[in-house]
Amino acid sequence: MSAEETKSPSADAAADIVKPKGIGRRSVLGALASVPFLGAFVYSFLSKKAAEDARKKAILSELGLPAGGRAPAFLPRTTLKKQGQLVRLGFIGFGGRGEDLAISAGFAHPDIIAEQRQKALEDKENKWLESWLNQDDLNVDFAAVCDLFDIRTERGVAAASNEERPGGAKGFPGAKRYKRYQDLLADKDIDAVVIATPDHWHTRIALDAVAAGKHIYCEKCLTRTEEETHQLAAAVKASPIVFQLGHQSRQQESHLQAKDLIRANVLGKVTLVETSTNRNSPNGAWVYDIHPEGSESNIDWETFQEPAPNKVPFSKERFFRWRCWFDYGTGLSGDLLSHEYDAINHILELGIPKYATASGGIYFFKDGRDVPDVFQAVFEYPDRDLTLVYSATLANGRVRGRLIMGHDATMEVMQGLTVYADADSTRYKDKIEKKIIDPELPLASYSQGAKGIDTVTSATEKYFAGRGLMYTYLAGRIMDVSHLHIADWLDCIRNGGQPRCNIDQAFEEAITCHMATRSFVEGRRVAWDPAAKKIV
Amino acid sequence: MTPSPAPSRESWPCTKLKLWILVLLRMAIGWHFLYEGIAKLLNPYWTSASFLLESKGPLAGLFHSAAADPTVLKIIDFLNIWGLIAIGLGLMAGFLTRAAAAAGMVLLALYYFCNPPWIGYAYSVPQEGSYLFVTKNVVEFFALWVVILFPTSRTIGLDGLIFRKKGRA
Repeated sequence: MSAEETKSPSADAAADIVKPKGIGRRSVLGALASVPFLGAFVYSFLSKKAAEDARKKAILSELGLPAGGRAPAFLPRTTLKKQGQLVRLGFIGFGGRGEDLAISAGFAHPDIIAEQRQKALEDKENKWLESWLNQDDLNVDFAAVCDLFDIRTERGVAAASNEERPGGAKGFPGAKRYKRYQDLLADKDIDAVVIATPDHWHTRIALDAVAAGKHIYCEKCLTRTEEETHQLAAAVKASPIVFQLGHQSRQQESHLQAKDLIRANVLGKVTLVETSTNRNSPNGAWVYDIHPEGSESNIDWETFQEPAPNKVPFSKERFFRWRCWFDYGTGLSGDLLSHEYDAINHILELGIPKYATASGGIYFFKDGRDVPDVFQAVFEYPDRDLTLVYSATLANGRVRGRLIMGHDATMEVMQGLTVYADADSTRYKDKIEKKIIDPELPLASYSQGAKGIDTVTSATEKYFAGRGLMYTYLAGRIMDVSHLHIADWLDCIRNGGQPRCNIDQAFEEAITCHMATRSFVEGRRVAWDPAAKKIV
Repeated sequence: MTPSPAPSRESWPCTKLKLWILVLLRMAIGWHFLYEGIAKLLNPYWTSASFLLESKGPLAGLFHSAAADPTVLKIIDFLNIWGLIAIGLGLMAGFLTRAAAAAGMVLLALYYFCNPPWIGYAYSVPQEGSYLFVTKNVVEFFALWVVILFPTSRTIGLDGLIFRKKGRA
């Protein structure tokens, strides 16, 4: 009941004369009383917005970036070209990584699907299967498989014929099974191969694949030695095949955004780059499970160790945990420094360093391995006035972001990225003094899935961007970078062009890693002689 | 003598001062909701995903799966932004105030149960204060209850025009 209704009938009658609809003066005044409040709101809101817009505009123009940033560089659904003709894939090496790549290409073993289905039932948040089934159909046939361990070959055959495929794709009759990779390469029904063997086999298989005219997706590290690197790079460059090295982080959106910021010279002169690997589990330290049924009768040990410099009697440890020995790989260099170096090389286009110095030791996993579990490498680029520092431990899980340090700002790149102006920057001095730029707050940030670079960020957003956990999907879908990396390779096979990690970048990766390995093994600083194209 | 502006038949104790303090309470909450909504609307990077993903407690599963589904997330973001704006405008203008206040209470309850500050739950998002069970959301929730019980909008607000006869807002 309103106040008006308590008035005398005569007052009501009078009001009715003035306002035939019976709206009282007091009601109108009461209704209007909120106008000043709304007015104050609108005024203060517009003032705040104008101040923030001006600050944002000032920072963006200072950074030379378009207002609002740019759109994500890679949206799978819109940028993937037509799937074109069917590509028939052969998998050479079907261990952990080979199987992962088959899954990314759209072929999972029925056991994996059953296991994931069970997990999704038990835990509604587990979206692995759902997102895998929603992946694009890449129009490939898993047509052949070859592994030295029979049980793995059988897994490949089962994965290849699985009816359950992503993107509603049809199933295939199954993969041909080969004991020798040479026979797989001789198969006229194979267009391209995925090489996911231990590193010591990469070069031989890849050289034979080039000779057989098969396109190659090769796992990192490209090779085990410098000599192999020269041989393989020369062969691939002289052939028309499409070569992709397995550094799937080249598909990472934050790296592309970082490249843009570097190009815009947001950081000023970059003199130091720090990157790292931290892992803290037996699996992370390559103490992989030894298959209970693995034995001399179903593992072709002699073929396995054929390209290795030292021959030893049958060893399940060495077969299943090959990364722990220099005979088959290069330890942290080729496995994890390679990823970190490639990420930095992608962002900064550093190329091969002039000098490398590495050190380390076996400090935690004293299990008979001969590769270090704590390792650091320093790479000098005198032409760029820059040093790249890598440090790694397999016995601590602290996540350290990649830090790119310039005179004017520092960029930390993870899944997302953040840029902080340097308090003593020359370029931003004026704006720091005018309080337009606060060195304590991100100058620019990017979170995976966001629409572009942002310049004014709240504390919470800053936190999430730093941790890189804000978005797990791109363009509304959960993103598997290996899937994108394979798709990139297939695109180039069908439509021409160079994939994101081609043989030139692969060459730089392998030489840089081998410089670190050589330095560690020989206990001295090594140099790259660009004229002689040689590590000296 | 100015007649008392007490808007209710039950004549809750209402002097002019009390009435205006209650109106200010309504305006402050309305202002807060309205700006929260507009700030989100104007930030192209804003999404509730990170807030939902941080969820702990009995409803965590529900919030997590909402964050993981892009369509559901879009709907939640839309409802949240426009809900906040509508509630804010309603409270400030005194328009359908009881409904606005009730909707505000529902939103606040959802925020509270998404990240309840209960014993044993630690959050990695920095918070601006220290809370045990009672957060500012809880205080605002009860403040909205007060707004519902003391319908100032019929005196100061558009509800005075709408609900003249029935005396309800």
